[in-house]
Amino acid sequence: MKEKRITLAYGSGGRLTHQLIKDIFVKHLDNEILSQMNDSAVFALNGHLAFTTDSYVVSPIFFPGGDIGKLAVNGTVNDLAMVGAEPLYISLSIIIEEGLLFEELERIVLSIKEAAEESGVRVVTGDTKVVENGKADKIFINTSGIGIVPDGIDIRGDKAKPEEVIIINGTVGDHGIAILSARKDLSFSADIKSDTAPLNRLVKKMIEAVPEISVLRDPTRGGLATTLNEIAQASNVGIEVEESEIPIRDSVKNACELLGIDPLYIANEGKLVAVVSKDKADLLLKVMRSSPYGEKAKIIGRITREHPGKVVLITRLGAKRLLDMLSGDPLPRIC
Amino acid sequence: MKNLKYNDTQLSKELLSEIKEISLSLGDVTIMEFCGTHTHSIFRYGIRDILPKNITMLSGPGCPVCVTDNRDIDYFLALAEMPNTIIATFGDMIKVPGSSKSLQDIKAEGKDIRIVYSCMSALEIAEQNPKKNVIFLGVGFETTAPTVAGAIIEAKKRGMDNFFVYSMHKLTPPAMKSILELGEVKLNGILGPGHVSTVIGSDAWIFLPEGYKIPIAIAGFEIIDILLGIKALLRMIKDNTPAVVNTYIRTVKPKGNKLAQDVMYEVFEVTDSYWRGLGRLPESGLKIRDKYEDFDAKKKFLVNTSEISENRFCKCGEVIRGVISPLECPLFKDVCNPSNPIGPCMVSSEGTCNAYYLYGARL
Repeated sequence: MKEKRITLAYGSGGRLTHQLIKDIFVKHLDNEILSQMNDSAVFALNGHLAFTTDSYVVSPIFFPGGDIGKLAVNGTVNDLAMVGAEPLYISLSIIIEEGLLFEELERIVLSIKEAAEESGVRVVTGDTKVVENGKADKIFINTSGIGIVPDGIDIRGDKAKPEEVIIINGTVGDHGIAILSARKDLSFSADIKSDTAPLNRLVKKMIEAVPEISVLRDPTRGGLATTLNEIAQASNVGIEVEESEIPIRDSVKNACELLGIDPLYIANEGKLVAVVSKDKADLLLKVMRSSPYGEKAKIIGRITREHPGKVVLITRLGAKRLLDMLSGDPLPRIC
Repeated sequence: MKNLKYNDTQLSKELLSEIKEISLSLGDVTIMEFCGTHTHSIFRYGIRDILPKNITMLSGPGCPVCVTDNRDIDYFLALAEMPNTIIATFGDMIKVPGSSKSLQDIKAEGKDIRIVYSCMSALEIAEQNPKKNVIFLGVGFETTAPTVAGAIIEAKKRGMDNFFVYSMHKLTPPAMKSILELGEVKLNGILGPGHVSTVIGSDAWIFLPEGYKIPIAIAGFEIIDILLGIKALLRMIKDNTPAVVNTYIRTVKPKGNKLAQDVMYEVFEVTDSYWRGLGRLPESGLKIRDKYEDFDAKKKFLVNTSEISENRFCKCGEVIRGVISPLECPLFKDVCNPSNPIGPCMVSSEGTCNAYYLYGARL
């Protein structure tokens, strides 16, 4: 079994496909909706639905702190969580390049199972295709997710208001640097791990304590700098962040210096930015810090009336400079 | 060493106030930071904005991708179009436009272009693909050349016949000399490159104070490193005592890294070289010695390139010489930006235009 590889025949829709689904997917991800094996998952829901989709093409597929499976669950869970939704169900659509080891696929599916359990979502429908060697890179995953937004919660990118403060739940840059360090041609094996994590349980606590949170965003591709720009533009407000307040691990900082990249533009997979009124900030910080996903939560900046649509970084020397969106793509296929 | 904080805020502020004090007794002072990594650090930390008004920092030619001449770019683009070829390159080169396209375009057309972070990775690609010719694009200054030389020595040791290097390596002191000889910009001091000097040694810059009466301070890349360098320069300018001051003593030694130099000159020899913006400079480049010619892509693959065409409005050359700021280029930002670079200075992470684009915008 160990050296057994997935061939095109496993994507034919015939017996081998069924066997693959049974031996790997249903075996590990089983629940009462999935096991019905209908063409669609059927379930009842009440309330405001949140619906999102994302594709994962990260290379390499295994990296320190996670793998493509964990990323595919957490990424979609987090997109739902960023509008305050409670994630319930996800779909799992997999495109496999022929030659992938069964053992690798199983590791990924086990990781999907683990991530789904951690966040409390269920995989209720899925699809598998196999393409010829060279037509994909090992494995691509798409997940879509459905969640319910609790009554009274209205979290949007355009709601940031002057005087509010910006909070982050921990260090930035970990995921991108972990991916880079895992790429074969980079050998600084610093103790850097991807931060991939489901944020829905943290968000649930946050909105229970402070339902009036204005904005939640996860700074994934494009990094913190790009996310702050999105908020500034959507809300038509200015943003000021203090460079010295932004938490970055020393090992990430060093790697960034070596590579000539700015940690503020590097993808994160377990981070969120919250915008909240000043008088609720302490309460929110306290709640966040009591969660394993937000122990290092802190205020990094504020919303201003000045320079609407723009983000200003106050450097450690007290100089101000514009923090632009990411342009170009320094690190392709990071998620 | 480890406990020293090179970005300590308190120490930075103290240095800054010392700089301010010295500058009170100075007229207008122009300092060129040679190195593109300095340019980026200076912008990132906002150092330009907080220096006294009479101190101007000018960016120099210290970006290897930026100074690569278009005839080299067109040549390696032609190499990339050859059948059965894998091009291994540093990421910065991918988007650099040649006369008609870039490596990125050629990659999208289906050619095999790979980003690597060291020449040794290219060697490994060659081992894994014995039926393909793997060409590494050797671009860089004295910092990079020894590692490329090391890979070539290793390739010879392994008896490889499908690994090649297209050497565009350049030496930094001739470029500095050329800018001073041109005399287009009046410089009072030079912030010397920390990484390059680690290899060539601080003594390699003695010609600046001796021949040109210009002080140089070799500096590292953290806030404190850069401020220390600027302070040392201002002091020498004030006292009129031009010399080579090494403020990056934790890595730079007077004679540099002998081992790296030996490896570099085992494989390479000094040759004339074309620089964007500076033209043909004598003894300013590195070519592969005959002894290692089996690995020299220039000798192994002769390709035809059509006539060089450049956007005549692109001011990369002037930017490299410090004659104009990127803001004075008519293409800057609207036409030329990191998503659609017209010249290499906008592409490279060490490029001056790139730094101005990323960090230089005003509110």
